[in-house]
Amino acid sequence: MIYNIPYIAVVGLILIGLAAVIFKRNLIKIVIGITIIESGVNLFLITLAFRENSTAPIYHGTGSRLMSLPVPHALTLTSIVIGVAVLALMLTLIIHIYRHYKTLDVRKIGGDEE
Amino acid sequence: MSDILNTLLYHSPALIVAVPLLGAFLTPLIGKINDKLRNIFAIVIVLITSFLVYLLVSDVFSNGIRTYVFGGSSPLVNNSFAVRILFEVDGLNAFMAIIASILAIAGVIYSWSFMKENTGLDKYYTLILLMIAGMFGMILTGDMFNFFVFLEITSIASCALIAFRTNQGSAVDAGFKYIVISSIGALFILFAIGILYSQYNALNMAVIANSISYGFLDKIALVLLISGLAMKAGIVPMHMWLPDAYGRAPSSVTLILIGTTQASLYGVLRVIFSIYGKHLTLPVKTIGDTNLSLSALIGIILISFALLTILIGVLMALKQNDFKKMIAFAAVGEIGYMLLAFGAAITSISTDPLTGSTILATHGEVALKGGIFHIINDALDVGLLFLVAGAIYYATKHSSLNKLGGLARNMKYTTIFFIIGLLAVAGIPPMNGYVSKLLIYQSTFQVNPILSIIAILCSILLLAVFVKVFHSAFLGPKLPKFKDVKEVPKSMILGMGIIACIIIFFGLFPNLILDNIIDPVARAIFDYSAYIGGVL
Repeated sequence: MIYNIPYIAVVGLILIGLAAVIFKRNLIKIVIGITIIESGVNLFLITLAFRENSTAPIYHGTGSRLMSLPVPHALTLTSIVIGVAVLALMLTLIIHIYRHYKTLDVRKIGGDEE
Repeated sequence: MSDILNTLLYHSPALIVAVPLLGAFLTPLIGKINDKLRNIFAIVIVLITSFLVYLLVSDVFSNGIRTYVFGGSSPLVNNSFAVRILFEVDGLNAFMAIIASILAIAGVIYSWSFMKENTGLDKYYTLILLMIAGMFGMILTGDMFNFFVFLEITSIASCALIAFRTNQGSAVDAGFKYIVISSIGALFILFAIGILYSQYNALNMAVIANSISYGFLDKIALVLLISGLAMKAGIVPMHMWLPDAYGRAPSSVTLILIGTTQASLYGVLRVIFSIYGKHLTLPVKTIGDTNLSLSALIGIILISFALLTILIGVLMALKQNDFKKMIAFAAVGEIGYMLLAFGAAITSISTDPLTGSTILATHGEVALKGGIFHIINDALDVGLLFLVAGAIYYATKHSSLNKLGGLARNMKYTTIFFIIGLLAVAGIPPMNGYVSKLLIYQSTFQVNPILSIIAILCSILLLAVFVKVFHSAFLGPKLPKFKDVKEVPKSMILGMGIIACIIIFFGLFPNLILDNIIDPVARAIFDYSAYIGGVL
């Protein structure tokens, strides 16, 4: 059971994030929802890499040769970097949207102003 | 000389992605020197890429699957451990690469005059080359995580391009919608990749396809992958970003966006046919005394989404008043046609009772060919219509149909290109749309007659939509406010002309294309064991 807690947390985070994206009306909150989903997925990848009593995947001295998997770590790093880029882009767009419509409420934006 | 060509061919899968990527970041530097030089540079980069695509594609169609491994000669380390990133190009990848290169050439040439009056063009060309690099990466890669990375590169670049006209609030809004949908879709895909990695300790598509067991977790991964990719492909009910994004982006960008949408559709095909190909005939549910196989289940789900997509796309197109949004909804409908064909093909997969191997019924084969042919036809037809819409916007600065009229008198070439696009989208005989749509009607009729009736009806409605556009934008008396409207510049006519010529060529010689290109692609899609054999 105790080993399943991270996986339960992963599913919980993803569902919370999805709920925020679907039900929240504020653009900033939608972006926060997306970052929560992203943290959930990253946590999932990190959890996959873990083995009990394992050390960091660096060869040094003697002792335990059991190492956690390096590939998911690499995936997570890449995913974090991509996530930052997407986050920055989304916030930039929000700034532009605010300049045009003077609101962040999804119900009030999107019309043509011409 | 042949040595150089062979080396180029050997490295072509990597170069096709690397050349536009390098070009993207060199563009701002060259833009510092001269604007014209920068435009020429972008076109040259795309032409070099297309030449490499031509080399690769002609080799793949004659010699079969080509695998390119980064940082080594064999995809496997110590004969068992598949950790290296590789590009695997079979018939399907090659076919998608042809489409991507045609769209990229036409888009970049068209941009020359179309974007001339905009500022920030250094960034525009950087992003467009980045988007092209990402699109080729998605198409050529044989690695799941690599696919995700290229998907994100494409969506970041295309989001920035959709919102390129930041002075229009609606364009920024469309960009935001797109990035929200595509980043959630991409995260679904990443989650599914994590699930598959946790079970098979591999990220390589072929290795996963070889060892997949279709357990509970694989079912979750399948649902996540298909729904994530469907979000990016704009399939109803996840289509709401597509009309805005297609409608608000500059037309040259829309053309390449069509390519990225279809790259996502390619992802759906790769996942179903290659990664889960082994288990498609597995019985999953028993209703009464008939066994429902996985292929029938996936097929029925895809067909029902396809019908929704066609109906909603076409009906919404009827009531639009904005030229580009109307075409965008028609594009949604066209995606439905492809999905319908693939759904029909998947339902017809069964196990051969004699040999035990997986076979495709004859009508399934026709459906598969129709669907594949429709991918390229849709890209060309809808692309041409968007370019025409862009030309009209360029000439008149209007895109609302209520304000347009009588343009045929001033813009002769554009009118001709519009008629070609209109006939092709509606599937009228001398154009390419007719061939693929006929194959789709013919094969879906054998699955269920109602499917083909709906498909034909919606096609007629599409004709009605575009006849209305033709009437209100091109025909009628000369309007005084459009007295000074001139034909668009040469580079835009060239961009539209390239696509129009290909449309007519495909329409006049369909058998040439069907026998030489579509047939091997259909066989490559279905043959998952060859795809696995390309690596292991």
